[in-house]
Amino acid sequence: MSATLLAVQTLNGLQLGILLFLIAAGLTLVFGVMDFINLAHGVQYMLGAYLAVTGYSLTGTFWGALLFGVLGALVVGLVLELLVFRHLYDRDHLDQVLATFGIILFLNEAVRTIWGSTPLTLPMPDLLSGSFELMDGLLYPVYRIALIVAGLVVAAVLYVLVTHTRAGMLVRAGATNAPMVAALGVDIRRLFMLVFGFGTMLAGFAGILAAPILVVEPGMGDNLLILAFVVIVIGGIGSIRGAFIAALIVGLVDTLGRGFATDIAKLVMSPSAANSVGPAIASMLIYLLMAAVLFFRPTGLFPARGG
Amino acid sequence: MAPRRSRETLIAAVAFILFALLPPVASAMNDTFFVFFAIRVMVFAIAAVSLSLILGFGALVSFGHAAYLGLGAYSVGILAEHGYWDVTISLPVTLLVCGLFAAVTGAISLKTRGVYFIMITLAFGQMAYYTATSLSAYGGDDGLTIWGRTEIFGASVLGDRTTFYYVVLGMLLLSYVIARVIVASRFGRVLQGAKQSEMRLRAVGIDPYWYRLVAYVIAGMMAGVAGALLANAAEFVSPAYMSWHRSGELIVMVVLGGLGSLAGSIVGAASFLILEEVLAHFTEHWRLIFGPLLVLVVLFGKGGLTAMLGGGRKNG
Repeated sequence: MSATLLAVQTLNGLQLGILLFLIAAGLTLVFGVMDFINLAHGVQYMLGAYLAVTGYSLTGTFWGALLFGVLGALVVGLVLELLVFRHLYDRDHLDQVLATFGIILFLNEAVRTIWGSTPLTLPMPDLLSGSFELMDGLLYPVYRIALIVAGLVVAAVLYVLVTHTRAGMLVRAGATNAPMVAALGVDIRRLFMLVFGFGTMLAGFAGILAAPILVVEPGMGDNLLILAFVVIVIGGIGSIRGAFIAALIVGLVDTLGRGFATDIAKLVMSPSAANSVGPAIASMLIYLLMAAVLFFRPTGLFPARGG
Repeated sequence: MAPRRSRETLIAAVAFILFALLPPVASAMNDTFFVFFAIRVMVFAIAAVSLSLILGFGALVSFGHAAYLGLGAYSVGILAEHGYWDVTISLPVTLLVCGLFAAVTGAISLKTRGVYFIMITLAFGQMAYYTATSLSAYGGDDGLTIWGRTEIFGASVLGDRTTFYYVVLGMLLLSYVIARVIVASRFGRVLQGAKQSEMRLRAVGIDPYWYRLVAYVIAGMMAGVAGALLANAAEFVSPAYMSWHRSGELIVMVVLGGLGSLAGSIVGAASFLILEEVLAHFTEHWRLIFGPLLVLVVLFGKGGLTAMLGGGRKNG
């Protein structure tokens, strides 16, 4: 494993981490504030990507696609909140899991019906195609760098919003003790709609960013959703800081694991055994990480909840 | 308590009688599809009953229960690949593999509560799933075809469709009876007591952790048997058996039938699969209808199908 390869894989890991953070941020705040498990958060990621593809065919530019996708994801999210989610806040987690599972089945199938099962692609913006030469012999696509930067900017904006604005203060308070915030006269439902809409938009944004480098296909949000849950459980539910750190850890562990597990396995076993064991271990690494974290810290690394 | 228990028995009795009568009726109608379909229903009913044991009576929302279906199926598939066909080998191996997996993952998962429990069981389910997809020697992503069915003491009696059907029915009956005995025992009462108030149990000197773990292991082994039967029914094993969607579907079956009713889980599994089959008959996009239907059931159908059938149980 050369230094160049390590650098590339590290950047790819950061990039996956950033995407995961964009998804996990909304998920963890919704859960922290309203105690609501939203399995359908992953389909927002998928919808963002699909709507962007349609936006591209309408406007012919990536930026038009971006705008269309983000706004579209927001609208769908708010409609879902209005029709279904707000009736589930007072229900137990099992009901929430079931209802949002139903929404996943519906939206995955709706996407398949509208756009077909064949994977689609979203072209990169011209401005961001091409590659940088990061160091000798290491070419890295500009778009992937831009993705990392965009994600970091969003994370920074989110950080300022959450820590330095009144709305952010209420969100943090809500994540720590929602009933108390409600008792103080804050309209927690409206606060939730705000958080929810924002989270939906972030997930959609992540889907659009990922669209040019991954394929756009039905069910693409499902695996990301599971990863995002791993992130918020490791980070501590309701904690933005925890989600950010955990997202980077998960992104790096997953990517580096996939890149090097087989090579590392070869150090201790025969090449043929390593070839079959390596990939298995690589895809399990983050789940092992999560199990280990929960074993030692049952409420995650940075728990936001008081009690 | 008494009327509820007799209703439970009535529903179970009706279900088992219908299952028992199906093959002769189907052969009179010269229709083999129903027999194949009913085998599938019964296999998932076993898995649903096993999940019901921990979900309905222990309030443990395991989101990785499909892993046991897969572990059971792969036990049969991998053994067959190496020439071990007999039930005297495959059944103990299935029980051992599933029991061990449940003991290890359960010991860790049960340290957590609520949403963390849901997520950690999901994580373990995913681990099993990814392990299966990376088993390139056994088909990897594409799955593994099994060229035949499990033999019983060297005889390939399960090759006969009707015999296989009644073996599956027998396993369902056995699972149901075992689950019911467990629920009614002192052990089962502790499990249900822990659901209501863990603190009260601790106050009388009972640590519910071990009770939950044992129940978790039993449920895992039972679902493993369902998986072994599924592998035999399809003569095929695939990582898809373990996908988290499948775990979600098992939860749906249990809740659809009514939490806290074992017979309900059988009804739930049957209704789920029948609904899926009927909707799929009308349109390939059946999930467009099934998804919203599920949401409506959650929003308005508190208590599940058995509560609707009996009309008794109050909300909540």
